[in-house]
Amino acid sequence: MTRYILRRTGHAALLLVGVSLLTFLFTSLAPRDYLDEMKLNPQVSQGTLVALRAKYGVDQPLPVRYVRWATGLLRGDMGFSFAYGAPVASLLRVRARNTLLLTTIAMLFAWGVALPLGIWSAERESGWPDRLITFATGALLIVPDLVLALGLLLFAVRSGWFPAGGMAAVGVESLSWAARARDYALHLVLPVGALVLSTCPVLLRHVRAAILDVLDSSFIRAARGHGIPRRRLLYRYALRAAANPLVSLFGLSLGTLLSGSLIIEVVMSWPGLGPFLLEAILARDLFVVIGGVLLSTVFLVAGNLVADLLLYWADPRIRAERGGS
Amino acid sequence: MSSAPGTMPALLTVESLEMRYRPRNPGPSGSAVTALDGVLFAVAAGTTLALVGASGSGKSTLAQCLACLERPTAGTIQLDGLELTALSERKLRAVRPQIQLVSQDPYASLNPRLTALEIVIEPLEVQRRFSGAERAERARGLFERVGLSFRLAPRPVGEFSGGQRQRLAIARALALEPRLLILDEALSALDASVQAQIANLLLDLQQTSGLTYVFITHDLAMVARVADDVAVLERGRIVERGPVNQMMRRPAHAATLALFAATPRFVGPLGLQAGE
Amino acid sequence: MPAVVHCLMAPIIEVSDLRVSYSSRSGRDICALDGVTFSVAPGEVLGVLGESGSGKSSLAASLLCLLPPNGRIVSGSIIFEGRNLVRACEGDLRKIRGRRISLIFQEPGLVLHPALRVADQVGEVVRAHETLGARAREAKTRAVLESVFGAGAQRIAGSYPHELSGGQRQRVLVAQAIVCGPSLLIADEPTASLDPVTQAEILALFRKLQRALGIALVLITHNPALLAGFTDRILILYAGGVAECGLASELLSRPKHPYTQALLDCLPLWPAPPGARSRLPVIAGDAPDMTLLPPGCRFEPRCPARMDACTAREPAPTAFGAAHSVSCFKFGG
Repeated sequence: MTRYILRRTGHAALLLVGVSLLTFLFTSLAPRDYLDEMKLNPQVSQGTLVALRAKYGVDQPLPVRYVRWATGLLRGDMGFSFAYGAPVASLLRVRARNTLLLTTIAMLFAWGVALPLGIWSAERESGWPDRLITFATGALLIVPDLVLALGLLLFAVRSGWFPAGGMAAVGVESLSWAARARDYALHLVLPVGALVLSTCPVLLRHVRAAILDVLDSSFIRAARGHGIPRRRLLYRYALRAAANPLVSLFGLSLGTLLSGSLIIEVVMSWPGLGPFLLEAILARDLFVVIGGVLLSTVFLVAGNLVADLLLYWADPRIRAERGGS
Repeated sequence: MSSAPGTMPALLTVESLEMRYRPRNPGPSGSAVTALDGVLFAVAAGTTLALVGASGSGKSTLAQCLACLERPTAGTIQLDGLELTALSERKLRAVRPQIQLVSQDPYASLNPRLTALEIVIEPLEVQRRFSGAERAERARGLFERVGLSFRLAPRPVGEFSGGQRQRLAIARALALEPRLLILDEALSALDASVQAQIANLLLDLQQTSGLTYVFITHDLAMVARVADDVAVLERGRIVERGPVNQMMRRPAHAATLALFAATPRFVGPLGLQAGE
Repeated sequence: MPAVVHCLMAPIIEVSDLRVSYSSRSGRDICALDGVTFSVAPGEVLGVLGESGSGKSSLAASLLCLLPPNGRIVSGSIIFEGRNLVRACEGDLRKIRGRRISLIFQEPGLVLHPALRVADQVGEVVRAHETLGARAREAKTRAVLESVFGAGAQRIAGSYPHELSGGQRQRVLVAQAIVCGPSLLIADEPTASLDPVTQAEILALFRKLQRALGIALVLITHNPALLAGFTDRILILYAGGVAECGLASELLSRPKHPYTQALLDCLPLWPAPPGARSRLPVIAGDAPDMTLLPPGCRFEPRCPARMDACTAREPAPTAFGAAHSVSCFKFGG
């Protein structure tokens, strides 16, 4: 088992190296860089530009720049943001935290709704609750994230119940603890709502399909024959047996915690990783782009690894195959 | 009607057959599992050898090796003098039509969505030896030989009963005119009355076409009705072997005796039970 | 085994004129059981002999009112402990299943939950019916596993089904079935996929438990040889109806119904007489198509003793003494 984890971590490391290389390559291939943009600013002198170029080794060949950056990374230094004039690591930390706040809450809600509703829907297959839920999820699947987010924003503006974007009101630090919490909560409602509405339908359908698949099994019928009550049958027996595809899906949910909310963050002005990365790409802020992409990739890979480990834990047959326990 | 060994030429000769493999999950006994440990027997042409044994004795592995679906790790399998284990995959393909396998589960071994006709024609198509018309003609003949009405040909296999499916599996096995048929528990999943019908079919086919059977089973009562010779398999080895009448009268080995004792007594109508 | 004279004791379960049908996608209903009547005395072992299509699995499922979604009990009654199960509500039925009547399904490999340990699966049955604390539950589970497995029960308790052999899985099913002390046990083909040695072990286990606990046992199989020397009475099912029913010793040695006779004739004898290698007697024709049943006796198309009267209507059961009945025009009907 430990050999398996080590091997996967090794693969992950290789993957990260590859991703960082590619990102470096692509951003270098893009025409112009940040310092070229600065040239257009009349306040910046030519001398400053030359000095900056030399300082960050921007004119060095690609391999040299990559090695410099990589060795810096191993020391914990993710580079410097030209646009913000601050180390990338500290900037990313704040933005990633904001995104994670949003996506973690949304993920908990999405799964919290998808599981019981999916099970309920599967149990009453072809009944009116099932048809209603299938229709609703279908409709939500068709609507793009962008439209959902815009729709919610419109609702916020029209009703005035919720703030139309942003993470906190201006001057929130001066409020009491309780008022501050309330303010954050109000700002969270719509972005979380948008994320839940966009991710929940897929989850619900998968839960429903997995449970339906299992409900026909002989062991469910046999458990009914033993007089196992309905609720226990659904949760302890059916859900447990249907866990495999759902566990993989959960791992994927974890993996996209940093990357899945970009559009919604941009539309609703949530100060997360998404808008930050977008800005950086447009401004050719090299180190921010690479740092952001790498961070997302780490989450993706970690999510996959967690999914595999959960699967190993949940299904004893896989454990037997892999030669553990 | 048992055949004395040595009077008829052996169609199939198996010597020192071994099958060892490394499971992915090594058990407490160590790394390699020995499924077959020096199996040795011969089957005379046109006769039936029954291979009996309890679960785990290696019967299924032996069936797979004989049907050339797995290569043994050591030993030889000779079909009419031709050394099968030494052949390359390409040369083996030419020999495959001569040995066919009929498996236990009539519900798992046939694709339920294909029609009966498609099932029987498939081997003819794969071998690419016959034209379309010839194939249809042969298929009709095969249906007749196994006692299936040709009206059933366009029906999907999913609609057939267990007995009908097994007849179909036999028809498919006969399509390429094999000399040797490996029957791996071919009757075990069938109802009692259907077993009798299929057993009779096999006996008739042997009489008319001179087929040789290796009949793998754990049903000793059926063995007595169907086989000429019996070999008892225990833990990958043949522990007792002989003509069926001799074995039934005087079983010797412990494994054989265990099987004999475990088989439920049945003395038929008009016989009286010894009772418990 | 002493014959149980069942008319002296009140039967533990009485099935009267049970009719079960399944709706199919083509619209035509398939009648799986068509007027089955029998009863089981307390502590009795009843063998139900039926081949594919006879309705034996439907019978097992309907005794617990546990038919698949497309099946239903059309008419008839099942009286158990003074109550008609056909009319009982789901809540009452749930209390009976596993606690008063237990059903051991076919194919233990599929019937056990793949991701729960054996001890948990037995414990769930206890949990469903008895309000015991966790420790008491564990003790009860351990006790029943020991009675079924003997030594080595501890190791089995912590195992998963895929780690067990066929015989061991079957024993787990038995443990689940008896843990709450039912008065009636129904075993549907309990030895179907097992080799003879394991088969004999499982039958011995049934015998031992049945004697020790005094449970009534209904053993469903297609192999008459299994029922000899073990059952008190045997019920022969053919195409959804009862062909014959009587004492095991009587029925196996002097069968009356032509189907029973033909079925017993086509079984190879054991111990095998010398020179046995020969064709077996068979029952002509194939198993009946349950969607196209003839109006008269269902066995008539294959019957060696058919008469003209057999096509007119179905024969009614004729009684021979207290214990034996046959549904055949040869004997009245």
